[in-house]
Amino acid sequence: MEFRTYSSPHLPVPGNVPVMMQRVLLALLPGIACATWFFGWGILINILLASVTALAAEAVMLRIRGRQVTLTLLDGSALVTGVLLALALPPLTPWWLPVIGSLFGIVVAKQLYGGLGYNPFNPAMAGYVVLLISFPLELTLWAPAGDWPSLQDTLALVFTNSLPVGTSLDALTMATPLDGIKTRLGLNETVSEIRATGLFGMIGGYGWEWINLCYLLGGLALLKLRVIQWHIPVSLLGSLLLVALLFYLMNPDHYTPPDFQLFSGGTMLAAFFIATDPVSASTTPRGRLVFGAGIGVLIYVIRTWGGYPDGIAFAVLLMNMAAPVIDHYTQPRVFGHDKRQ
Amino acid sequence: MTSHTTGKRDPGGSSFARLHHFHGGLVLPAHSEMSTSLPVAAAGIPDELVIPLQQHIGETAMPLVSPGDTVLRGQMIAAPRGNVSSPVHASSSGTVTAIEPRPFPHPSGMSASSIVIATDGRDTWQPANTALANYRQASPDELLEHIRNAGIVGLGGAGFPTAVKLANATSHGIDLLLINGVECEPYITCDNMLMRERSGEILQGTRILQHILRPKRCVIAIEDGMADAEAAMRQAVAAATTDDIEVVRVPEIYPSGGERQLIRVLTGREVPSSGFPSDVGIVCQNVGTAAAIAQAVIQGRPLVSRFVTVTGEGIRQARNLEALIGTPFSHLVAACGGYTPDVDRLLMGGPMMGFALRSDDIPVIKTSNCILAVGRNEMPPPPPALPCIRCSKCTEVCPADLLPQQLYWFARSGNLDAAQDYSLFDCIECGCCAYVCPSHIPLVQYYRHAKTEIWAQEKQKKAADIARRRHEARQQRLERIRQERSERMAARKQAVAGKTAQRDTAKQDAIKAALERVRQKKAQAGVTPKNVDNLTPEQQQQIEEAERRRQHPPPPGEK
Repeated sequence: MEFRTYSSPHLPVPGNVPVMMQRVLLALLPGIACATWFFGWGILINILLASVTALAAEAVMLRIRGRQVTLTLLDGSALVTGVLLALALPPLTPWWLPVIGSLFGIVVAKQLYGGLGYNPFNPAMAGYVVLLISFPLELTLWAPAGDWPSLQDTLALVFTNSLPVGTSLDALTMATPLDGIKTRLGLNETVSEIRATGLFGMIGGYGWEWINLCYLLGGLALLKLRVIQWHIPVSLLGSLLLVALLFYLMNPDHYTPPDFQLFSGGTMLAAFFIATDPVSASTTPRGRLVFGAGIGVLIYVIRTWGGYPDGIAFAVLLMNMAAPVIDHYTQPRVFGHDKRQ
Repeated sequence: MTSHTTGKRDPGGSSFARLHHFHGGLVLPAHSEMSTSLPVAAAGIPDELVIPLQQHIGETAMPLVSPGDTVLRGQMIAAPRGNVSSPVHASSSGTVTAIEPRPFPHPSGMSASSIVIATDGRDTWQPANTALANYRQASPDELLEHIRNAGIVGLGGAGFPTAVKLANATSHGIDLLLINGVECEPYITCDNMLMRERSGEILQGTRILQHILRPKRCVIAIEDGMADAEAAMRQAVAAATTDDIEVVRVPEIYPSGGERQLIRVLTGREVPSSGFPSDVGIVCQNVGTAAAIAQAVIQGRPLVSRFVTVTGEGIRQARNLEALIGTPFSHLVAACGGYTPDVDRLLMGGPMMGFALRSDDIPVIKTSNCILAVGRNEMPPPPPALPCIRCSKCTEVCPADLLPQQLYWFARSGNLDAAQDYSLFDCIECGCCAYVCPSHIPLVQYYRHAKTEIWAQEKQKKAADIARRRHEARQQRLERIRQERSERMAARKQAVAGKTAQRDTAKQDAIKAALERVRQKKAQAGVTPKNVDNLTPEQQQQIEEAERRRQHPPPPGEK
């Protein structure tokens, strides 16, 4: 009798990549729902546009590269890239913005480097940064939280760039709290003065604090399901908190409080869903702490002194660049060896 | 999935009240019930025993018998060659029919030189006259010699000659003797069953080891979830009325059965990467080895059989058998009721580190702990591998604290230097990384491949070094010969030149002498014109004219 042979181990492997990606998408749902609640249909339209583009671009690139199309699409990574990019975009952007961002993320940042597992940069953030640099105005088209146009008006605005009768773009849109506060701080207003303008919610930016809370819950679920590890979220949030606390204590009038930093903009989305992209992050346990902490500090620096409304994309990409070096210097001590390598 | 061992309190106020933990590891389903429901039975005597000459780490044993010889059970049929080696014994009585290469339990499916015995069914023991029942009077060296002659090797899986291990250890001060009753892998239950049924023998073996090593402490480590085995061992210890052996229960985390991991769990010490447990004052022996030592010393019986777990959904009645060394796997499978129709794969060893066999025409050797016939749905074939997403789940579970994802990257790209920098050779191939890999990458296979490549390169390098040295030596030799030759040539030339010069001077001298003689003769004779007598006046005038012309030669050009 002849038996089949395989290499050990033989026990069936319990996990797989598609399930991990599905869990990431599921964990995003509360945040997506909350963002839609505050910013309207535009969020869902962005997700749809970016995801469809990401999948189509991935399929075409795989075909061109002679790879297996269906099986690879089913790994879910392209979909995750599309959704994450969409969640970073303002709700009233023209339709071609998510399309271009998604195309760049998938085609250039991911597939040209060899596809899943080989991209040195986070594809969603690479796509976002291209948009931010190329179309800075369009990326500020956020609706005021809780005050968004109807589905019909949104569709008209997104696809034909036509405004509802009797309104102006200025009336429909508004800078994000992070952006608004930075502008006002630049005008030498104090934090407590700004707090009275309604940009603040209870702790974070109005509306944004709830969205951040939902991402935090989703992230905790990912931790519990062991889809992600604790190192990056904890070090990212921890370092952001520490740096913000330091400056806030030095001058509470001029610097926003640390809890505001944690619950504004894309902080929680970045901490649990973006910076934790394993492919482009650091891969050693200590390295991930350094990686996360670096992103946290950079987010604060760019938010506070930079020229952009939020600093997440740049912070992530900069630390992506540093990841190989961090990995090299943070190798763990091997069992039975005297010291770290 | 990863677990961090929590300290378990030992009821008897043990010195091991606080246990340590190693990094990573997995909690795996034990699958032990299926093979522990029946007591251990003798597998019986097969018609033919195939006993490989090398069942241990070290030099292959040297056959002492030839085809046609009759042998008795327990008779040494191959002697150790060199220090790190082990003898091999006939496991039943019969006639040697051949000494030839036969299929051997190895992943490559290779054959190995084996002594084939046609059994006579009488199973006649060679008279045991070498027992050292009163071992306390024997010296450690005497006992080591005895253990060596009994062919005892590490039965936990490594197969390192026990006497060599003990001899190395006696030269260090041994602090702790560790008897390993922790099962290596899921499914395997042979140590568990041995502890249940032969606890007395294990204890005797432990006492003998204590006598040889004189350790400060002695521990028998047992896994959580082996309640019966633990009870049996505790009872044996109690019956022996000794207070210098402790039974300690350790959590069931794969691979706690590994020597280095178990030492870490019990003592918190790490065996140096390139060292041995004795470097940290510890000797670790498998319970099976301890029992074999007891049999050899107390009863004078060499190692000719062992407990083998035959299990898996591909077996009709999974159980443990006491099998003679050299029994074909097929015989054991038959003793367990044969395969189920569902059988898909046959493994030697456990599901994490065991290797797949093509056929069951393979003998039980000293290190065969388990035959696992896998059912089709029990362990489905691995799905196709996806790219590594560097999620580092492998890093989380690696008990050697390696970075498996980086090693994979280097192994895959053929960057073997980097793989070695990342301590590839500290990988114990436990398979934890591959088990948690969401991309289903056969990581261990990559590491084995890289290791083999490096060994091959080293071998090549060694061969190249030898070739280079040979080449250099040849160049030197040729150079030397050339130089010698040219020196010889020069010498000869010089010699020839000298001789010619001598001859020349002699000749010159002779000429000179002759001229001299002529000159002297001339001088003696004076210059007298001849034929000047009786000259006519014309002649006289002609002569005078000639004389004048001679004295006044005409100017040149005039003719």
